[in-house]
Amino acid sequence: MAHAETHDPNTPLEYRSETGRLNILGFWIFLGAEIALFATLFATYMVLEHRIADGPSPGELFEVKSLLIQTFLLLTSSFTCGLAVHEMRRQNVKGLITWMAITLGLGLGFLYFEIEEFLHFIHEGANIGTSAAWSGFFVLVGTHGAHVTFGIFWVTMVLIQVAKRGLTPATSAKVFITSLYWHFLDVVWIFIFTAVYLMGMVMHNG
Amino acid sequence: MKWDEFFVTGDPMIYGADVSIVLTMVGILFYLTKYKKWKWLWDEWLTTVDHKKLGIMYIVSAVLMLFRGGVDALLMRTQLAVPEAKFLDSQHYNEIFTTHGTIMIIFMAMPFLIGLINVVVPLQIGARDVAYPYLNAVSFWTFFIGAMLFNISFVIGGSPSAGWTSYMPLASNELSPGPGQNYYLLGLQIAGIGTLLTGINFLVTILKMRAPGMTLFRMPMFTWSSLVTMVIIIFAFPILTVALALMTFDRLFGSHFFTLQGAGMDMLWANLFWLWGHPEVYIVILPAFGMFSEIISTFSRKTLFGYKAMIWSMLLIAGYSFLVWVHHFFTMGSGALVNSVFSITTMAIGIPTGVKIFNWLFTMYRGKIQFTTPMLWSLGFIVNFVIGGVTGVMLAMAAADYQYHNTYFLVSHFHYVLIAGTVFACFAGLIYWYPKMFGYKLNERIGKWVFWVFTIGFNVCFFPQYFLGLDGMPRRVYTYSEESGWGPLNMVSTIGGFMMGIAFLILVYNMYYSFRYAKRETTGDAWDGRTLEWSTPTAMPPFYNFAKIPEVTGLDHFWRQKQAGKVEKLKAEDIKPIHMPSNSGVPFIMASFFFVAGFGMVFDWMWMAIAGMIGVFATLIYRSFEYNDGYYVSVEEVIETEKISK
Repeated sequence: MAHAETHDPNTPLEYRSETGRLNILGFWIFLGAEIALFATLFATYMVLEHRIADGPSPGELFEVKSLLIQTFLLLTSSFTCGLAVHEMRRQNVKGLITWMAITLGLGLGFLYFEIEEFLHFIHEGANIGTSAAWSGFFVLVGTHGAHVTFGIFWVTMVLIQVAKRGLTPATSAKVFITSLYWHFLDVVWIFIFTAVYLMGMVMHNG
Repeated sequence: MKWDEFFVTGDPMIYGADVSIVLTMVGILFYLTKYKKWKWLWDEWLTTVDHKKLGIMYIVSAVLMLFRGGVDALLMRTQLAVPEAKFLDSQHYNEIFTTHGTIMIIFMAMPFLIGLINVVVPLQIGARDVAYPYLNAVSFWTFFIGAMLFNISFVIGGSPSAGWTSYMPLASNELSPGPGQNYYLLGLQIAGIGTLLTGINFLVTILKMRAPGMTLFRMPMFTWSSLVTMVIIIFAFPILTVALALMTFDRLFGSHFFTLQGAGMDMLWANLFWLWGHPEVYIVILPAFGMFSEIISTFSRKTLFGYKAMIWSMLLIAGYSFLVWVHHFFTMGSGALVNSVFSITTMAIGIPTGVKIFNWLFTMYRGKIQFTTPMLWSLGFIVNFVIGGVTGVMLAMAAADYQYHNTYFLVSHFHYVLIAGTVFACFAGLIYWYPKMFGYKLNERIGKWVFWVFTIGFNVCFFPQYFLGLDGMPRRVYTYSEESGWGPLNMVSTIGGFMMGIAFLILVYNMYYSFRYAKRETTGDAWDGRTLEWSTPTAMPPFYNFAKIPEVTGLDHFWRQKQAGKVEKLKAEDIKPIHMPSNSGVPFIMASFFFVAGFGMVFDWMWMAIAGMIGVFATLIYRSFEYNDGYYVSVEEVIETEKISK
């Protein structure tokens, strides 16, 4: 917990305190653990994908429209999150909060369409207890959705701190870490998009 | 749910346990109140973020769990001593072997090692604390609460009884109804959070907090082994997290991951469990290897032989540890090709392990060996662990494994590696670093009694089990017939088990005896050590560890300084104010909310689970808004503490 501050003006604010540097490295390692977690969920889904018992197959119920809306919202949110960190690097608190608020809005939109899609599946007779395949689907995609939900609360809390305290080595490290988290969820979504939805639909529709 | 379903009833032994739990609690509360120790307990222990105190709490918890798991073991050995015994019924026996295995691995071996890592690693790398002291407290308290949640199962609600591996469908709602299995799932889940955080914390600590000059290849071997262990933890524990969560969903929310209905796949559980479970056995053996390396080098008065080979073998072992999981169920029937691949990877692990064994032997070769108790445990380890290793290679041969599978041969094998490896290391490390933690050594004469009684008892207990296994005795049976002819060897085994129990009692007596009568250390270098933890001027390092951060010039820096007669004296003008983190009660409170949430999940009381989780998030938010940058220890206070004459 040494607090050696670096004052090189080219060093981004979030890297200037020892605590900031340590926390960012620690969070990268945590994301490594998250990769192991999602990899396990993906493997589970792929093993169970075709074990549909008497229920529908996931590929049968997937719909392109909802999928594309969700994908568009989440990928755009990653871009606006990047803009927010860009504004932070320019010491622009207002720009940071604005772009982060847009990011959260897009995240909420993603969640809205995801929940709507889940409700649609349940309406069509596919819930977590329908078959192993659907258990795998809901837990994999649901874990991602739960991460997004947690992220929205987390970013909100960090933004309140930025509004109250301004940009300091401590608050900027927190913003930067939440941005890493947000981009990571985007990457996971790309795998869900490909391995779950696209492959599911291709295999169902030939 | 009626009260007689909530509390476990009907068994006199359980009532006995109830009474002793209540009496102990009342005794502790009475003591704390009478001697006005509440404030002391809160300020010094419950809110501490000091890695040394957290380490001691880990070790104390682990010793208590060793007692609990050991009592389970002796109950099993009593039941098995003679054929067709009526001491335990089959359900009770199932519960006891389940809790024995789970507690010994998750709540004894790991916390014991993590405790020693906590105490020693920051000192070995010349750091004042870990990278995230607050997170370290969160790790400890989530482990502790997870352990407590698991342990209350035997008096409230009933213990899990599906084995520590909890194979499906045995662990399903249909075959294991009631809260028992949920205790397993939630207790391990909560403790697992702590373990993952420890993994991240110590990886960053070792990578970023080393004293100037201590390059990676100048780190002490115990630090190296901890580093490799942390990497395994980071990639293995998320798999357990997922596996436990999926089974929890199967049991509480009706999903079909591992069930027989709904096209679930029971063997998926076995695969996920061992994808974590095999790396787990290296998580509990690599730090043990590290400790033996330190101890053998110290008491042979020589630098460790093959330092780099030791490191590369550990890295190889860490890599292989993720590639062998199928050998736990060769009989699943994956086919000749798959079994052959896993058979070969399993045998291949023997190579780096063998390299390490030879390195320890060559370290001793031509050394001036001192037969202290830590050294005795290390020598005992080499002999006994090799027996476990050789039988491991026998088990690795897939075709032959069809004969050994699920027999006492396997039981004996893994006790030979886990006891002779991990438990011997825990004892050796505890004795070796005891003066660093408490300021005096454990009595060596009594310590040697512990070693001999335990080691002989261990062999008397487990060696016969190889032959029982080869003779076909299956594991996890609560009794056997007279005609099987397994009676005599089981009786021998039980006698050995009780010898180990006696050795444990002598060890506890030794702690008391040494507390009363041992000579207090006057320097920080109780064993004429080689690494930085021995370089502190006082026996127990002050809370900030080092008044002045040492500068390291090579491997065994402190030893070479002593040899050259150039140990630096601390001078008053070298001392600067020291920054330290503040204590916090939040980790303890957060873990308590985890207990509420976990207990709610166990009984499927969702209101309670949700309330507990809201509490957890509230503490997270509280912490996020708390800007506490710690405090500075003044130069005067450091001078006072270090007793530097001006």
